[in-house]
Amino acid sequence: MTEHDARAPGTAIGSEFGTVAASAPVAGAEPILMTRARSQWWDVWDQFSSHKGALAGAAVFLAIVLMVVIGPMIWPLDPTETDIRSRNQGISLVHPLGTDQLGRDIFARVMQGGRISLAVGLTAMALSLVLGTLIGVMAGYFRRLDGPLMRFTDLFLALPLLPLLLVMVLLFREPLTAAFGIETGIFILIVSAIGITSWMQTARIVRGDVLALKEREFVLAARATGTPSRRIVTRHVLPNILSPIMVSATLGIATAIITESALSFLGLGFPPDFPTWGRLLNDGVSYLELYPGRAFWPGLAISLVVLSINYVGDGLRDALDPRIRGR
Amino acid sequence: MLTFTIRRLLFAIPTLLFIALVIFLLLELAPGDPMANVPLTVPSEVKEQMRVALGLGEPMHIRFWKWIIQFFWIEPLNVFDALFGTGFAEGKLRIISWQNRAPVFIAIAERIPQTLWVVGTAYVVAILIAIPVGIYSAYRQYSIFDQAGTFVTMVGFSVPPFFSGVLVILIFAVQLRWFPSIYDTTLEVNSWEAFGMQVRQMFLPVMVLALQITSQLSRFMRASMLDNLNQDYVRTARAKGLRENTVVLVHVLRNSMIPVVTVIALGVPSIFGGAIITEQVFKVNGIGQLLITAIQANDLPMVQTLTFIFAVLIVLFNLIADVLYGMLDPRIRYD
Repeated sequence: MTEHDARAPGTAIGSEFGTVAASAPVAGAEPILMTRARSQWWDVWDQFSSHKGALAGAAVFLAIVLMVVIGPMIWPLDPTETDIRSRNQGISLVHPLGTDQLGRDIFARVMQGGRISLAVGLTAMALSLVLGTLIGVMAGYFRRLDGPLMRFTDLFLALPLLPLLLVMVLLFREPLTAAFGIETGIFILIVSAIGITSWMQTARIVRGDVLALKEREFVLAARATGTPSRRIVTRHVLPNILSPIMVSATLGIATAIITESALSFLGLGFPPDFPTWGRLLNDGVSYLELYPGRAFWPGLAISLVVLSINYVGDGLRDALDPRIRGR
Repeated sequence: MLTFTIRRLLFAIPTLLFIALVIFLLLELAPGDPMANVPLTVPSEVKEQMRVALGLGEPMHIRFWKWIIQFFWIEPLNVFDALFGTGFAEGKLRIISWQNRAPVFIAIAERIPQTLWVVGTAYVVAILIAIPVGIYSAYRQYSIFDQAGTFVTMVGFSVPPFFSGVLVILIFAVQLRWFPSIYDTTLEVNSWEAFGMQVRQMFLPVMVLALQITSQLSRFMRASMLDNLNQDYVRTARAKGLRENTVVLVHVLRNSMIPVVTVIALGVPSIFGGAIITEQVFKVNGIGQLLITAIQANDLPMVQTLTFIFAVLIVLFNLIADVLYGMLDPRIRYD
């Protein structure tokens, strides 16, 4: 009984699954309802696509992701294969971005590095989002937890993050590589270090939205029908705070990629055998005077990804805000 | 206002203690013996001295307490002694670096001026650029200047300092050869020529840092101006017949500056953090570089102390921002 009632009060974004599912069988019988089938996501898309920068950003980001995911499968050269005879080459047809001091193809290395950098960015963002949403919802929904959890968030905001990240990497690198092997160990370390130190903004935004949402009638109605707190949160609260979560997700990817690159750049990220963009940039700096391209391409890749994600975030913020949408 | 300040000050103490505890526990719970990383060439009596200084073998809470005492009591006493030639701190154990076996604070005191010079200049330059840009962008919203400014700030926001630093080195140091790419800290400013050198070698790191700060600040300034430009009091001021300059630069600007000033104060500690990377790119031997070398050399006391100094900076400037906000805007005095 609660399941059915819980769906009835229209929640802003979550509802459209409900209404579409409910109206689908009816739509076939009565053509008038067909016009109602247009879901809210179309409005969001309309607003999003009217933001030129966001559209261009999404296109660039998708292009880079596709290149990085599919590229290494098609590209014939291996990123770790050394060829001393063709080292330090310039731009050519065989090596579109040249080769490095060991004759490794830079184009292949940039693509391979992008895989790691993007994987770190996405996973770290997911971790920080889960942490931030969990803490934000707990603080916003349960009044008793609000004070302690927000003080906890404030304390975390006062931590010096970059120095602490460096210290965490320094201290836990060896035990984790010993336990999980080099690649997995460092991956776990960097992802969890970034995730643990970047959830605070999400938690604050989510808490604010949950506080406002908690007082709305549909939550009251759900509670009046005896819905347990857990189900109110998952069915009514979470779908409605989806938009701030999505916006902070996009920005979270950008900061996570920058942080990972900064760590690699400072020599405290992935070891040299695993090219990430930050690592490649760091390696390239030593050859800056003679072969500037070596530092330029990975740096450009980082900047392009972050710039496009920031534009997408900007567009998403406008598109998901019903007050701006439709103006 | 005074009670508000005092209350904030009192809250800063547990915050600092918590952060000190986090840093301490992080180094403590890390697997492995901290002394295992000390090279074998270190004489055994020095090792023993280091053990005593660390309080190794004693329970954890006593070691934490000792570190706090060293940081907040013995080291300030040493500063006092150095200033006034007194001898209060004689015979007390200071925080000793494992790298050069000298007190940590001596190394830090040597490095801080370089960081302060570069970071401070960058911050001032950034503020001087960002505020006019923000004002004009908001005043002429959606003009070409505003659009271009938005794009530039977006780029400045997105390009990380370790890439923009490399780019400006590539353009201005390698290609054009206008500025040196490496910061020479042995340079003494004692003539106009040396002063010119100093300005030239500071130019690139300041530019990289300032670009980042400017893009954040000018966006904030623009948003804050836009919030105020449509307020009723602006219409009133115009209706009174005040000149447009007075309306914008006196009435609107003063109200828009309130949040911006606090953002400026809040940004100071994160700039010190960001300077770690910029210092590494331009080989400025400031405290950021000291932290990196200490981490690479496994110099735990140095790392511990420097990290905590960054934390103290953050808490201090948060406090300053809060108090400034209360002072500038009488509506938000919390008491």
